[in-house]
Amino acid sequence: MDDVARLVQLVVNGAASGCIYGLIAFGFVLIYKATEMVNFAQGEIMMLGAFAAYTCVHSFGLNYWVGFAIAVAATAVFGFLLDAVVLRRVIGQPQFAVVMLTLGLAFIFRAGAGLAWTYDSVGFETPFTNRNIKFGSLVLGADNVSIIVGTVILCLVLYLFFSRTRLGIAMQAASQNQLAAYYMGIPVRRVFSLIWAISAGVSAVAAVLVSPVSLIDVNMGILGFKAFAAAVLGGFGSIPGALIGGVIVGIVEQLSGYFLPAGSQDVASNVVLLSVLILRPQGLFGATIRKRV
Amino acid sequence: MQLLFKTRYEQDIGLWKRKRDLGWYLLLVAGLLAVPMFAGEFYVGELGGLFIFAIAGVGLMLLTGYTGLVSLGHAAFLGIGGYTEAILLSKGVPFVFTLPAAAIVTGLAGIAIGVPTLRMSGLYLAIATLAFGSIVTNVFSKWDSVTGGFDGFPVKAPILFGLNLEGPTGVYYLSLAVLCFVMWVAMNVLRSPLGRAMVAIRDSEVSAQSMGINLALYKTIAFALSAAITGLAGALFAHYVRHLAPDSFEILLSIQLVTIVFVGGLGSLHGAIFGAMFMRLLPQGIALIRDDLPGALGRMPGLEPSIFGLILVLSIMFEPHGINGRWRKIKAWFSEFPMHKAAANRRQKSYAKSERLR
Repeated sequence: MDDVARLVQLVVNGAASGCIYGLIAFGFVLIYKATEMVNFAQGEIMMLGAFAAYTCVHSFGLNYWVGFAIAVAATAVFGFLLDAVVLRRVIGQPQFAVVMLTLGLAFIFRAGAGLAWTYDSVGFETPFTNRNIKFGSLVLGADNVSIIVGTVILCLVLYLFFSRTRLGIAMQAASQNQLAAYYMGIPVRRVFSLIWAISAGVSAVAAVLVSPVSLIDVNMGILGFKAFAAAVLGGFGSIPGALIGGVIVGIVEQLSGYFLPAGSQDVASNVVLLSVLILRPQGLFGATIRKRV
Repeated sequence: MQLLFKTRYEQDIGLWKRKRDLGWYLLLVAGLLAVPMFAGEFYVGELGGLFIFAIAGVGLMLLTGYTGLVSLGHAAFLGIGGYTEAILLSKGVPFVFTLPAAAIVTGLAGIAIGVPTLRMSGLYLAIATLAFGSIVTNVFSKWDSVTGGFDGFPVKAPILFGLNLEGPTGVYYLSLAVLCFVMWVAMNVLRSPLGRAMVAIRDSEVSAQSMGINLALYKTIAFALSAAITGLAGALFAHYVRHLAPDSFEILLSIQLVTIVFVGGLGSLHGAIFGAMFMRLLPQGIALIRDDLPGALGRMPGLEPSIFGLILVLSIMFEPHGINGRWRKIKAWFSEFPMHKAAANRRQKSYAKSERLR
């Protein structure tokens, strides 16, 4: 019984960190589906969101939920401006130019955050810190449960947004066929910037959700590389795939840290990524289609 | 603008566009050979480092600039070359053999990563090489019995025909010789069918395939060649630092290598050299101005990577052809002097190109 409880605990911990990877991967996939750009700075945008929340909650002493909302909104505005000012200019350049551009941006964000806030690790008090939830003999951290619940709620909200609202459907249209969307009178450029805003906002939500579990520092963006594994696992074009991929990566990572020799936890996500790319390059949930010339 | 009239096919594939280019290059090499006679040890060492990065830059240029495959894991190849060199030397293998061996082992590693990633392009390849690089760095630090783990691995002195080449001057001449060799190889590859096939793959995989180019074969060759050249640079790097540590081959180094290629100018061997010059001179420049910067900015620990990032961003946004492109524009301006038209350099309006499958 003890073993089962331990296993469930590991799986829940893994699923919680997996949800974070999934949310970051969600950001990648959303941008990729719409603009075919890959944002290597997604992890750094999350880091900025975490620092924004830290400023609101810790420095200004605001209520946790108010700080949460302000941080998400601020990060979303930042994402909008990032697209409008920088990324819109490189449309039409080769894909890896955008990869390098966002990698460069990631370094700038890291240094900027170090300059604006601090290079030390910081954290702030949340309603979920150091609390436990008991299910019979099973004890789970409230922080991990809050991450999973928060992710599920966010996914529901986003699902409703994309399927029910005018703007959400316009976004779907713009990412399916830009030209047709233009003809239909959709302001494609503004829609793309809004997609960047949503993606940045989702990263900020991930950042606030993860803050009870891990400290905030400038190197937080490393999580973004693990999210790649999640996105690739899900096929890089599928939003539910990204989330499920994230959960799988998180659980694999936890279990390999427990059952396999030390150090395997660090490479687990990369090994998963490489093997998926080699064995099933279209991802677990994708389909192969030959490129049209 | 001086027009070049080509009368024979040999002129088209010749190594030099004009006879006098050869003269200029010989003059440059002669000048570089003389540098250690008057320059201080520090400058000689720095120039040696520059040559090593230029070699790695040429290797990556063949892959990224000419074949269009982007690799974010080249630091791993640099590391594999460096560790191969150091381990073989410590086993008592003479230096004459360790240097080619480092290139061969790294080339094989390149094939090992190239074959499974053949089906990928662009983005997926970048992510796969990124993962590969991070796995290799982990292996370097965890495989203590071979690599010495975090304690590092001391590199023995290179002895070539009884001549001890340790120290800045030895490494300088060694790297210069290897750089000349690598440039010679790269120039010859590029005018051979292999090089033409690589460029065709870069410009369009589909049309290259339709012309009868075996994509898998040529991509693997490009990967192996690029890895082998980078491995040579890694072996020299081992002698340059004299003590290998696993954390010197982190992702930051991979990104620096790609920055060399991008800032130098994609698709030109000159660009690889210009990029390496930029990459090695910038930290010195930053160190010089750091004291003059106001308070917090001067003491900022992340100043160097952020300036690298900024320059990378600016160069992609405003000068996609890099330093080499800017240099050619300046040359054109002088050669056309009073007749230069601003419109000559105007970029075509670019539209979103879809790499999507459907």
